[in-house]
Amino acid sequence: MKILCFVQNDDSVINPVSKEAIALSQEIKNKLNGELDILTFNQDVSSELNQFEATNILVGNNQELENYNPLFYTSAVEHIISSNNYDLIIVGHTYQARDWVPRLSARKDIPFISDCIDYLIEDNSIQWVRSLYRAKINSQLKSKSQQSIISIQSGCFKADNIKSGQSEIKNIEIDLSHVNKTIVPGEKFKESGSQIDLTSSDVIISIGRGIGKEENIPMAKELAELTGGLLASSRPVVDSGWLDHSLQIGSSGQVVSPKLYLALGISGAIQHVVGMKGSNSIIAINKDPNAPIFELSDYGIIGDILEIIPKLNEAIKEV
Amino acid sequence: MKIVVLMKQVPNEDAAIKVDSSNKSIIEDNVTFITNEPDTYGLEEALLMKDKIESIDEVVVCSMGPSSCQQTIKDALAKGADRGIFINNPDQSNQDPLSRAKIIAKVLEKENFDIVLSGLQSDDDGYAQLGILLAELLKMNHASLVMGAEFIDNDTVKVKRELESGWFQWSELKLPISLTIQSGLNQPRYASLKGIMGVKKKTIDTFEIPDLGIGDVNSKTELVKLFAPVKTKTTEYIDGSTDEVVEKLVSIMKNEIKVI
Repeated sequence: MKILCFVQNDDSVINPVSKEAIALSQEIKNKLNGELDILTFNQDVSSELNQFEATNILVGNNQELENYNPLFYTSAVEHIISSNNYDLIIVGHTYQARDWVPRLSARKDIPFISDCIDYLIEDNSIQWVRSLYRAKINSQLKSKSQQSIISIQSGCFKADNIKSGQSEIKNIEIDLSHVNKTIVPGEKFKESGSQIDLTSSDVIISIGRGIGKEENIPMAKELAELTGGLLASSRPVVDSGWLDHSLQIGSSGQVVSPKLYLALGISGAIQHVVGMKGSNSIIAINKDPNAPIFELSDYGIIGDILEIIPKLNEAIKEV
Repeated sequence: MKIVVLMKQVPNEDAAIKVDSSNKSIIEDNVTFITNEPDTYGLEEALLMKDKIESIDEVVVCSMGPSSCQQTIKDALAKGADRGIFINNPDQSNQDPLSRAKIIAKVLEKENFDIVLSGLQSDDDGYAQLGILLAELLKMNHASLVMGAEFIDNDTVKVKRELESGWFQWSELKLPISLTIQSGLNQPRYASLKGIMGVKKKTIDTFEIPDLGIGDVNSKTELVKLFAPVKTKTTEYIDGSTDEVVEKLVSIMKNEIKVI
């Protein structure tokens, strides 16, 4: 079993999901007695990677790889895997991976099992677990191909499990002169407006579709103030324009792990869950008893948030 | 110029999904199927582009799946799409994203579309790959999680992409392009009465997979089983009247979690 783990760097910092991918890659390598190469396109992170247990740290060099471009990334990884017969290519399921990895899959005709949340090994072969139908059902599947590409969902594997060790850094010059630059990504930027850091708050009061209308937001805001917490939301509330984009929790927003996450009228779609499942305590209030958010809550209340919030506010004032 | 919008049918979001006795598919009897919500933003974006840009003369909608998918196509025609492509594929359970993409690419390749639009992912199996797989198979440029698009000239489009953690990026692409559309970038329109009446006059071309001559469409992955997720936490449910619930909640927040 030869494994290649691709590490995404964000401004010369290893992406957190990439660390989780390294931990998983090491675990599989050790269980199946295989080899692991870790690939980066960033020289700066190679010394950190070199402290991890692996066979080789591969550093792909080309000026065109300094900033992300899906065409160059795809061709560079294609080059790396063409000279080494990897059985398994593992990446984090980041927005960036979603942008280029399918291209590699189509180009090399390698199946890409994306957004995996777990795995098991049976008879020396790996079965992957994915979440379907907005987290209502899981599927377990295996590759029938000699080579497979896997991406893993954020938070499903622990970066703390990374084993340290020694490996060899190998610099690889990659020729990309045959790739036409027909996609030209620009600088990344943030929208103007205040960026509230939700990550340092002990309490997050988070509202979803169940808040119903904009006029109901002040009661949730009052609850946030009364608990010394901050107001946040899931995507639909932001898409409706009721709260600023910066207050969104989830894959396209912030990732938080407060002492208390109070989910009000939030169903618990995966894209939201990845942003809050690390919270110490989760309380969910939702009308729908089948809402997936209850699956990961410590306390669940099946009820109407619009009735409960005003009374909760009054009760907290008396504490 | 021609745009094609890929639209899929998925179970309605409140549907209770149960696995059948084979452990390989879901029980569909009491499940209502609707158009995948992210794809409706793709359709709206295509219709907006056609309204704004004179050189775009056709918006085609393409759906693959069982015959019920034709409803998704008809809804899109009622909203303003000009023509439909239906790929009859009653059982997709043996197909992974790449094998599905190969089928769709085979149907679309003769059309030489300038722009392919799709939702960022489907609410059923959520692989989030199709638009990009098609870009590679049809030799197109691509951008994912697109929040807006502007034409710079006749063969260059500038798109705003959403990155993680509140970051955005403008990216310039040479046509032809495949864009996966981020939800919430526009307000999908409702069909007008005139639009609904006009559906009958529009064509839907049906394609059968065996006629496409692409051989084996089975995927290189194999489903072992479907199962209900195992709960990782035990949830303590608080019930009672609203007053009782609030009282218990305050006690938990004060004495257990200690945040008030």
